[in-house]
Amino acid sequence: MQDPSAGHVATQATSSFIEHLQRSRPELLPFTQALPAGQIPPAPHATTIVALSYPGGVLMAGDRRATMGNVIASRHIEKVFPADEYSVMGIAGTAGLAIDITRLFQVELEHYEKIEGTRLSLDGKANRLGAMIRGNLPMAMQGLAVIPLFAGFDQTAGVGRLFSYDVTGGRYEELEHHSVGSGSVFARGALKKLWRPNLTEDEAVAVAVEALYDAADDDSATGGPDPVRQLWPVIYTVNRAGARRVPERELAAIAGSIVESRAVAGREA
Amino acid sequence: MTQQFYVSPEQLMKDRADFARKGIARGRSVVVISCADGIALVAENPSPSLHKIGEIYDKIAFAAVGKYNEFESLRQAGVRYADVRGYSYDREDVTARGLASVYAQSLGAVFTAEQKPFEVELAVAEVGHTQSEDHLYRLTFDGSIADQNGFVVMGGLAEQVAETVAGGWNADLDLAGALRLAVKALAADKEVDALPGTAVEAAVLDRSPESGRGSRRAFRRLRAEEITQLLAGEA
Repeated sequence: MQDPSAGHVATQATSSFIEHLQRSRPELLPFTQALPAGQIPPAPHATTIVALSYPGGVLMAGDRRATMGNVIASRHIEKVFPADEYSVMGIAGTAGLAIDITRLFQVELEHYEKIEGTRLSLDGKANRLGAMIRGNLPMAMQGLAVIPLFAGFDQTAGVGRLFSYDVTGGRYEELEHHSVGSGSVFARGALKKLWRPNLTEDEAVAVAVEALYDAADDDSATGGPDPVRQLWPVIYTVNRAGARRVPERELAAIAGSIVESRAVAGREA
Repeated sequence: MTQQFYVSPEQLMKDRADFARKGIARGRSVVVISCADGIALVAENPSPSLHKIGEIYDKIAFAAVGKYNEFESLRQAGVRYADVRGYSYDREDVTARGLASVYAQSLGAVFTAEQKPFEVELAVAEVGHTQSEDHLYRLTFDGSIADQNGFVVMGGLAEQVAETVAGGWNADLDLAGALRLAVKALAADKEVDALPGTAVEAAVLDRSPESGRGSRRAFRRLRAEEITQLLAGEA
């Protein structure tokens, strides 16, 4: 704990956890180390995330695979996380860094809320995440990029909103739907056909599962539903009531019916 | 030439302690009560935005009496300490005991070394799975720390208030019961029977927030209408 004497407190006053770490414990930040020259050994990569909006909310879904070159590094990895009560984030890119950045972002939001006694606005959260991704730019230039997708419920506007980022921390608000990661091209194609205005929340969940199914169909780094191990995508919905994880049972049923309908059709995809 | 008078260390410490005690007694009281539903924190505080009670971490809350600027800086330092610790180790490694001992060190250092001691008294509360696992620590301006059982009363006419709480407290109280007891106790040094719901600030550390609200954060601030409602329930 810092010295609580008067002058010191005033200069140290910040509502940002990251700023506090930069001043007092910079070694804890995931992206401040200067890397020496050389080849970075293979590390797990997180793959596809899809997000889409529906009236009254927004949802985000991620498959469960992490790859390391041609090897599957994990079948169980979770890449979509609640950022706080009213927002969620998904990550693609270097898994180790991405998970730490997520953890840091979660603490950042909670820290602000506790210090200030009020939540950050949704735009404030989105900007904060952009700044963190920009902070990771030196690592990205070494090949350790992290690309997040951010979604949340805007309580003042009463709608779900969706933000994508580039590697330089640029923040772009997306409409309707978006996806990032290696399978995103295929997922985007599926979303364009499946998404429509006035989806209900249940329909939106089914659309997300199907988009990930299509991504896994064509991208070897994206995992499809796995009935053998009972693994389904991780999906969070965010609406006026807050963020909620869709239970495994529902996802198993949805994935089952998608596989079934495609098998019945008996066509090549 | 200015004359340097000798002041014995005993006198110096006594003067400082008297100074701090006076400052704290001028304020209004805060009551922290462990009950069956969790830990209730109640303060007499007409301001809806300048809080005396705050969230520190998942299961840890903070309550204070005395000078606002001083305990607010201590609260923020506590939040920073807890968040850094939870981020660098794990969330479950943040404990009220650790936080309380850091507070005790800070308060003790300021009491002996600074121009003037902090005019504050703090309570650090941690809710457990069962009532026997609850921790209530009370910290005074000189850095002394006490592990208290059942309830903590600080500030104002603390002794009178504590008497009322001690008279009505038992381990089976529910949240509404604890709140009613606290509000009754806070009025002990006044002419009225109990304070109105709008004159108090209250929060609760829920015993099982995961099942109740689906959140690991146990701290919940009670809104004025919730307080009035809880107080109005069968008396």
